[in-house]
Amino acid sequence: MTKTTPKKRYGMVIDIDRCDGCGACMVACSLENNVSVVPAGAAPHRGLTWIRVYSVTNKKEYPDSDTAYLPVSCQHCGNETPCVGVCPQSAVDVDPKNGIVSQIPERCMGCRYCMVACPYHARYFNWWDPEWPEGTEHLLNPGVTPRMRGVVEKCNFCHGRHHAAQERAASEGRSEIEPNEYQTACAEACPNGAITFGDLADKNSEVAKLAAGPESFQLLKSLGTEPKIYYLTQRGWVRDMATRTPLISKGQSHD
Amino acid sequence: MIEPLDNRAPTRVFLPWIGFWMAIFALGAYCTVLCLSQGLFHTNMNNRFGFGIWIFLDLTVIALGAGAFFSAFLLYILKKQALKDVIGAAVVLGFICYSGAVVVLAIDVGQPLRAWFTFWHPNAHSMLAEVTFCLTLYLLVLAIEYVPLILKNPSLSKNVSLLVFEGQLHKVVVVFAGVGAILSFFHQGSLGGLYGVMNGRPFAFREHFFIWPSTFFLFILSAIAAGPSFLILINKLASKISKKQLVRKEAYDFLGRISGWLLLAYVGLKSVDTIVWINHTAPASGYSASEFFKEASFGTWILFAEIILFGLLPALVLINNRLRKNPLVMIVAPLLVCIGIAINRYVMTLQSQSLPTLPFEEFVLYTPSLVEIGVFGGMLSYGVIVFSLSYRYLPLFPGLQQKAKT
Repeated sequence: MTKTTPKKRYGMVIDIDRCDGCGACMVACSLENNVSVVPAGAAPHRGLTWIRVYSVTNKKEYPDSDTAYLPVSCQHCGNETPCVGVCPQSAVDVDPKNGIVSQIPERCMGCRYCMVACPYHARYFNWWDPEWPEGTEHLLNPGVTPRMRGVVEKCNFCHGRHHAAQERAASEGRSEIEPNEYQTACAEACPNGAITFGDLADKNSEVAKLAAGPESFQLLKSLGTEPKIYYLTQRGWVRDMATRTPLISKGQSHD
Repeated sequence: MIEPLDNRAPTRVFLPWIGFWMAIFALGAYCTVLCLSQGLFHTNMNNRFGFGIWIFLDLTVIALGAGAFFSAFLLYILKKQALKDVIGAAVVLGFICYSGAVVVLAIDVGQPLRAWFTFWHPNAHSMLAEVTFCLTLYLLVLAIEYVPLILKNPSLSKNVSLLVFEGQLHKVVVVFAGVGAILSFFHQGSLGGLYGVMNGRPFAFREHFFIWPSTFFLFILSAIAAGPSFLILINKLASKISKKQLVRKEAYDFLGRISGWLLLAYVGLKSVDTIVWINHTAPASGYSASEFFKEASFGTWILFAEIILFGLLPALVLINNRLRKNPLVMIVAPLLVCIGIAINRYVMTLQSQSLPTLPFEEFVLYTPSLVEIGVFGGMLSYGVIVFSLSYRYLPLFPGLQQKAKT
């Protein structure tokens, strides 16, 4: 009898009410994944930030004003993943074993169609040759290959760490990694514990329980892309703004 | 030495003309070298604007270049003899448009040396993969259709082998016309499909028929409507500059009539598509259509301009037999048609990116950099140079050739 490997579905829950917008997740992500630094004075929307913290206000006057911080990265869409179908040379892929949407920079020709198709604006192009400030090269992570100029990159749930955990498990004769062996850099770095990462398919995992809770929601749920990043908040205005509800029944609009 | 045809532009006129366009071409070449050697940071594209003026240009010239495959189809398959006068110019225009688009695409991608990966690791679901395949093959067809024209230069046709080769190519031109029509049908459609399949971008996403979004069909129809109008415009422009009657009025009349009726059909279907999109597709994705037009730069005026001013109006003019007899009308109406198609490609390419999908992202406007405009100018000048050389050295216009002989 063949032993079947349980299908994982890696995802994340971000508690917006805990996020204070410090940006530690962005820094940790950049260091972990060798995200290069763009030249000083680069035009807006030219930077590389696999995870970006948005500051959002409810547009009300004091004392009713309120601000929320939303860290947004690739949402690892689980349904009709917008970037996967458009790539002409199969450089974007959803791993059927774990649901991670991965980018293959070595195959990417930099047409940027995936960036245009992504509703979360979570894909980044290398407009310059990758460079790091002098003296910081020793901080590069030897387990992650830096990307070259002219290709697209994005969050891959710290795939380098996933590989390392798998290799460790294999060397110990295990076919599966334990939940505590694989964590993303942003989840580890958040000082407020706002980011929880894990296997959504494991109903007993913390991430699955949080995602199933009444306060959780997905960004632009109305598009039907079923992101694997969930957000938590008790603030109704944040949820209403970020979710979007279909104004009419979805019906047959998506074939 | 290849000699110009007897009654074509004299050297004293031709050299300054070509010199001017060569200067612009050199500027475009310099901008190209900058992008290829240093990177696309020379452009004003960014992570929100992955597609810029070059993609808009590519889509527009490919639509306008549709006159080549459509004329070949009408002449060789449907035997519409009125188009004999323009088929040569149509092939050259098609070749210019498609080869120029391919070159600009190569500059536009970040790693052009990896373009062949699309053939090696194709994603069968990607509209862009389909575009790449059909575009490459159709460019090859256009090159094959262009060769007999080149071989008709009197200096070359003195060579018997070349003359025989030209004759053999001419025999199979019907096959290439058919293949070209099929390939063009698919890549024009796939270019529209590029936008219609983007389920994450409600401005562009459209209802599907089987696997094809409505934009697939609209792009085909708009291209075959605009192609004949572009042919009229360029031939009239060439007549004006050369001060010669290059094409008979019957050919213009036929092209105008067919362009008008096809455009009318396109405007009708586009209107239905827009109504469905406003009332069903966009709201089902959580967006009200009014959100898409709330910024002044892309207000409802652009929808009016695209469908009514540059769509319905020239269509009604071109289907009118009496109006088509007016030479001025036959310049203005085709010009409106071409502008209308350019607006459609502009809207699909640029407006769809200006509008953010994330509610806390901002509306972003994009203006091309000087380097992008330089490459744009380079492509334009490439077109003028190839057409001018073809006009001077090749028998593009059979009517003119006839006059020279008599």
